[in-house]
Amino acid sequence: MDDHVDVVVVGGGSTGCGVVRDLARRGIDAVLVEKGNLTHGTTGRMHGLLHSGGRYAVADQKSARECMEENRVLRDIAAHCVEETGGLFVKRPEDSEEYFQEKLEGCHECDIPAEVIDGEEARRREPYLARDVEKAIAVPDAAIDPFRLCVANAADAREHGARIETHAPVTDVLVEDGEVVGVEIEHETGPGKRVHHEPGTTEEIRARYVINATGAWAGNVGGMAGVDVEVRPSKGVMTVMNIRQVDTVVNRCQPKGNADIVVPHETACILGTTDKEVDDPEDYPEEEWEVDLMIETLSELVPALKDARTLRSFWGVRPLYEPPGTGTEDPTDITRDYFLLDHADRDELPGMTTIVGGKLTTYRMMAESITDHVCEKLDHDAACDTADAPLPGSEDPAALDTYMEEFGLRSPVARRSRQRLGSKGEDVLDGVDPNPVVCECEGVTRAEVGAAIEDAGSDLNAVRLRTRASMGNCQGGFCTHRIAAELAQEYPEPVVRNAEDELYQERWKGQRHALWGEQLSQAMLNYQLHATTMNRDGDPAGLDEEVAFDAFDAGPAAGGDGASGAGESPGPAAADGGEPDGGVHGDR
Amino acid sequence: MAIDSEVLVVGGGLAGITAAVSAAREGADVRLVSHKASTLRQASGLIDALGYVPPTEPAEQLREGPPTAGRQLDRDEWPDPEGPLADPFGAVDRLPDDHPYRVVGADALREGLALFDDLVGDAYRGAHTDTNALVPTFGGTVKPTARYPVSSAAGLASDDRPMFVVGFRSLTEYDARAVAGRLEAAGVPFLVAGAEVEFAEAFRSDAKVTRTAKALDHDEPIDGTPAREALAAAVEPHLADARAELGGEVGRVGFPAFVGDDRAAEVRAELSDRLGADVFEIPMGPPSLPGLRLEDRLYDALDAAGVRFETGNPVVGVETAADGRMETVAVDRNGREVPYGADAFVLAAGGLVGKGIDSDRGGVREPSFGLHVPHPDDRYDWFVDDAFGDQPYARFGVRPDGRGRPLDAEGEVEYDNVFAAGGVVGGADVAREKSASGVSLATGLVAGRNAATEVHG
Repeated sequence: MDDHVDVVVVGGGSTGCGVVRDLARRGIDAVLVEKGNLTHGTTGRMHGLLHSGGRYAVADQKSARECMEENRVLRDIAAHCVEETGGLFVKRPEDSEEYFQEKLEGCHECDIPAEVIDGEEARRREPYLARDVEKAIAVPDAAIDPFRLCVANAADAREHGARIETHAPVTDVLVEDGEVVGVEIEHETGPGKRVHHEPGTTEEIRARYVINATGAWAGNVGGMAGVDVEVRPSKGVMTVMNIRQVDTVVNRCQPKGNADIVVPHETACILGTTDKEVDDPEDYPEEEWEVDLMIETLSELVPALKDARTLRSFWGVRPLYEPPGTGTEDPTDITRDYFLLDHADRDELPGMTTIVGGKLTTYRMMAESITDHVCEKLDHDAACDTADAPLPGSEDPAALDTYMEEFGLRSPVARRSRQRLGSKGEDVLDGVDPNPVVCECEGVTRAEVGAAIEDAGSDLNAVRLRTRASMGNCQGGFCTHRIAAELAQEYPEPVVRNAEDELYQERWKGQRHALWGEQLSQAMLNYQLHATTMNRDGDPAGLDEEVAFDAFDAGPAAGGDGASGAGESPGPAAADGGEPDGGVHGDR
Repeated sequence: MAIDSEVLVVGGGLAGITAAVSAAREGADVRLVSHKASTLRQASGLIDALGYVPPTEPAEQLREGPPTAGRQLDRDEWPDPEGPLADPFGAVDRLPDDHPYRVVGADALREGLALFDDLVGDAYRGAHTDTNALVPTFGGTVKPTARYPVSSAAGLASDDRPMFVVGFRSLTEYDARAVAGRLEAAGVPFLVAGAEVEFAEAFRSDAKVTRTAKALDHDEPIDGTPAREALAAAVEPHLADARAELGGEVGRVGFPAFVGDDRAAEVRAELSDRLGADVFEIPMGPPSLPGLRLEDRLYDALDAAGVRFETGNPVVGVETAADGRMETVAVDRNGREVPYGADAFVLAAGGLVGKGIDSDRGGVREPSFGLHVPHPDDRYDWFVDDAFGDQPYARFGVRPDGRGRPLDAEGEVEYDNVFAAGGVVGGADVAREKSASGVSLATGLVAGRNAATEVHG
């Protein structure tokens, strides 16, 4: 296959999705390729904070201003992805008063609305805050669902003519006559949505320009083109609690440090984080001390966290970058700013630009700047409208409430569906009857799961990210098989089984970091349901040896003692078992 | 003022009931206290003895050090288990040395099953043979089990009659088409088809399954038609399709285990009659009606054996002990600690699920009596990376001697008159082995009998 497009965007995180949307809206023929699911790399592995900029208001005021500006934009264009929680920078007795004042001044200098409240007022707003919290600065931090955001960007790009290919890793960057002319990708299960067991194919996509938006993985793609991109990936842990101990983003007001933020997110709170440089963004240790540090340190701000139930922990890698020669030692001090590396200027390799650094809150601005850059390269004249055009799902917030009545969804399921779907509600829910709940913890119904399957194929992890199904207390124990059962309308065996196994094992990965107390009990209950009751682990379909069915009991009516003729002699001890229950069968 | 009995059993699940009845049959005056409703309602209602000998050595060395953040699943490799086993008894010797079956002996399993048969009477099948049966699961495969409720009898996988599996469109636990496809993949020796049927939609789509069961019990009218007739009418066209698809008669029809509750037998009989095929139930997860029915049976048996029982009150600790013997335990009754005294005590408070074994980030403990629970110091050694691998946490529990008495860290008996049974006993991976009920029966029987020998005249 030989395809020719204007631009290939490599990387389906927030940056790549933002870029492909902007390109498409400006009339440029673009294709996005992502090696996993959308958000597979860093975007899907963050705490979901929509920065007010307060965090950077002292040390990095340029980033702080950009955050506040984009914070306002996203509340507007991505309303269905944002929860307006507000945020607090809280000060404990041992935290520096001087820094508190610097933070406040910094916020004012960066046009971040900031208000000082005393400890009592802070506890009135967040009753679980520690009693010795002295005061706090209230800022407009918010929570954002990065996956919903990326999917909405990709969907809008597709509506404007772009092509989105997931599970399509780049295997080569095509360089001809000293110029990048496209990429070679591998479709793991063929082009389009992912369906287990469909054969893989390769495709060469020739393009006038290539954008490398692979974040922490930028060095790998750069390497395929023969250029060095020295990203400094830095890992951070996020620990997921089972309830929302706070409804406001709680930050600790200190210059820097690990474990200084709690973000309420959907039904959970996410504790973050650590900041430690790693060699390989794909392979680094996920360590016990990191989880313990989250719980111990953040319980100084919110004591209830100390003995609360955690559901799982996950890690992400920041795509930190600094220009060669800066030489910052501590990754915490590396700038969060983003950089466009035009390989024509930098490496005498025209046809490709890499974007590194940055953060989710400013993804749209980064996308705008790189799209401007591409337009200049392609001599294409079109204005950016992504700051004003609402994303799919956020067009008509007023219409939301009426759908839910119409489709018979009851609270709280209705409320949850409404939040997730935004103005897509009607399309998703129309015509699905009956519409039972598939995932009880998160209140996800058949209609939502079905819509996600239509979009994502048999990839249940993609369904999970779209719907939140299996992300609650039971971590999939009570719904993995139910989500998989929804595949059965469209997909045969063994697609359903493999999809189910994949989701179950994925859910297990994060739970390994939360195996004590309530969650260990839950893990055991899940194990019993799936191994004892369903026998998924001992399923003859998955074992090498064939089962001699005639060696087993075929029932008392099947003649004599059923199967004993098949060679599996019960042995001389049979009399022991047979004797005392002689009377039991009399009434059969 | 202590509340006294000769034997005090703590825990009201299968193991506790078995121990209580065993002790009572030895002539002891027995009292049973349990904290919550028993976990029987979460169990499928099947009585497993031993279905597999799972591997305890990985196919490849497990990783050393902390988990790593590979984006691909980095689960470890395990060989296939031995099984499914037709003969549960013959394989006991191939279990690990510290497995409860090895500790209390295979005969205890045999006797425990016999006691069970006696307690449940005609509600169960399987006692006619020592051979396991293979029963369809709602996960779409078969599993080996020693005893099965009479409601599941027509579903046995070694019966070669063609099978039709019914799913309800408004219930999401399984899709009958996928179950049929998976049974085929498991190699079952019969033809099988499945269909999703519109029936329970008459109720709210998220109504509890027990609602369906009650409607069938009482034959409530659904849009003017009695529920059983309505259900048969809903299934009939799909059954006709299945006959056409499978090319002949379909001898049995499987339903999720919600067809009737108190009058389940009557409901099944009427449906069988209307459909012209034997009707059977496929055991489900919680809330499990076969589990609830079993619970009712067993509590009746407990009553008949003369055991006094009370629920809702947790045992919160040892009150007094001397000379290596426990004298009284503290029972929390509405916030007040009341001493319960006995000559012997049986701990059958369950495992990790029922909080008979508890844990925090620092370690694993047995919270009622403070008995020793061996476990690795580092909680990152409590698991392996494959969710279905040899999970160390699955074997957590107290370790008893041959008489059922829990041992301390040095391997010495903790109390001469304290015995343990069921899920609180470690050393077995009952989920992979399909041995949960058998372990409860074997250890319950041994604990109950030995507790009775501690009773002073």
